[in-house]
Amino acid sequence: MPVFQIAHLSKSFKDLQVLKDISMEVCQGEVVAIIGPSGSGKSTLLRCATFLETMDRGTLSYGNIAAVTCDEQGNSIYASPEILKKARGQFGLVFQNFNLFPHYSVLKNITDAPVSVQKRKEKEVREEAKILLRKMGLSGRENAYPFQLSGGQQQRVSIARALAMKPDILFFDEPTSALDPELTGEILKVIRDLAAEHMTMVIVTHEIDFARKVADRIIFMADGLIVEEGDAETLVSHPRNERTKAFLANLHSPDETAVPR
Amino acid sequence: MNFWNMLAELLKGLTVSVEIFALTLVFSLPLGLVIALGRMSKNVLIKNIFRIYISIMRGTPLMLQLFVWYFGPYYLFKISLSDLSFLGIEYRFTSVIIGFSLNYAAYFAEIYRAGIESIPKGQYEAACVLGYSPVQTFGKIIFPQVIKRIIPPVTNEVITLVKDTSLAFSLSVLEMFTIAKQISSAYTTMVPFAVAGLFYYIFNFAVAAGMEFVEKKLNYYR
Ligand SMILES: Nc1ncnc2c1ncn2[C@@H]1O[C@H](COP(=O)(O)OP(=O)(O)O)[C@@H](O)[C@H]1O
Ligand SMILES: [Mg+2]
Repeated sequence: MPVFQIAHLSKSFKDLQVLKDISMEVCQGEVVAIIGPSGSGKSTLLRCATFLETMDRGTLSYGNIAAVTCDEQGNSIYASPEILKKARGQFGLVFQNFNLFPHYSVLKNITDAPVSVQKRKEKEVREEAKILLRKMGLSGRENAYPFQLSGGQQQRVSIARALAMKPDILFFDEPTSALDPELTGEILKVIRDLAAEHMTMVIVTHEIDFARKVADRIIFMADGLIVEEGDAETLVSHPRNERTKAFLANLHSPDETAVPR
Repeated sequence: MNFWNMLAELLKGLTVSVEIFALTLVFSLPLGLVIALGRMSKNVLIKNIFRIYISIMRGTPLMLQLFVWYFGPYYLFKISLSDLSFLGIEYRFTSVIIGFSLNYAAYFAEIYRAGIESIPKGQYEAACVLGYSPVQTFGKIIFPQVIKRIIPPVTNEVITLVKDTSLAFSLSVLEMFTIAKQISSAYTTMVPFAVAGLFYYIFNFAVAAGMEFVEKKLNYYR
């Protein structure tokens, strides 16, 4: 059973149809990259998946939790708040702008939701948070406040915050786009490490070389449609669709391995 | 009347001024938050009721509002003012607290609203994705950040309130300004006004210092 499944998702903002009949599923341990020009609906797709936007049409489920079903016409029907709450426990989202809580220390940013939302034991959560911070290369920064950290460090804290909830799947919306170029490498390395541990992930990114190496599968979106999808290596080196070809030809993304670490 | 007697009278008045000040804050600060939330309600009816409330409270003189609260019950409903006294508190004083609290709550409401609206949407979204309930989101994530942002405008209002307590003289509440005026006209002297002025200044100096302390305390994050 897929960890995450979306079928026939459509979404409009007023007259503008942003997503048109999107279907996708993600299996356990799979890393999926979503690429595509700006304005193609990538963020909206992730925001629908994480309940930050409501879907107009289509269905959505996490494992066996049917969060959104639909009527005969295909119009989305959201499940009860209890079921949605359960579904929320299955995923994490890493934002482009981190969205850390500025009034909480690094440690509190990570531990607060597991303690006050999941009602887990504070002591145990703190221990896990420290292990996560070590993994993120942030040992010793537990008591710092977000404003004292670089963008790259803040983004690593936000990844740790998402992981502390023990999600089955982690969504990333352009996790390196708000960072100075020399800081993107550290984030990409963290994501690559997670991929090596078989964390299920969906990553919206412009870092094509990174997507090619780390993702199992790439989805190319344009104008609210999935134009092409397939094995990462194949899609990048042998795109079939003309629009994919044009998009890839226009990209000059630096190779993330070239960034000194 | 010698100077020390006058000083004693004015200090007695000052305690009443401080009571008006403190009680007004105790009632208007929480009430302001309720009004701010009502003003931001998605329900058009509720939103407009609070909008009109704020508009009236800010658009008419506080002194006039005090008169309405004090005389209204008798003129409008023929309720005797002495019947409204309870626990030994004269209605004269109660009506001042009602008038001040309802008026200042409107100003605080607009400050809260500006503060709440200044918090980036991403904070709500991060909280939502992490599963915080709306109440948790507001209480743990949004409101603490709002407090930090609204300290400067709140300080302004609080300093104005110290000076506004003197408006209670219009209902002959025996606060410091009323007493200064009484002594002044009885003995044809400016000294009580000078002393009262000094007391108001010191009062505000302490308020400003207190607010600065709070502001520094909240400076641990940005
Ligand atoms: N809240 C919104 N209201 C109106 N239009 C929106 C909103 N969010 C996104 N859009 C529009 O939807 C389209 C897709 O946006 P987005 O999902 O952010 O694309 P991408 O992430 O691929 O750049 C854009 O045309 C954008 O202007
Ligand atoms: Mg986007």
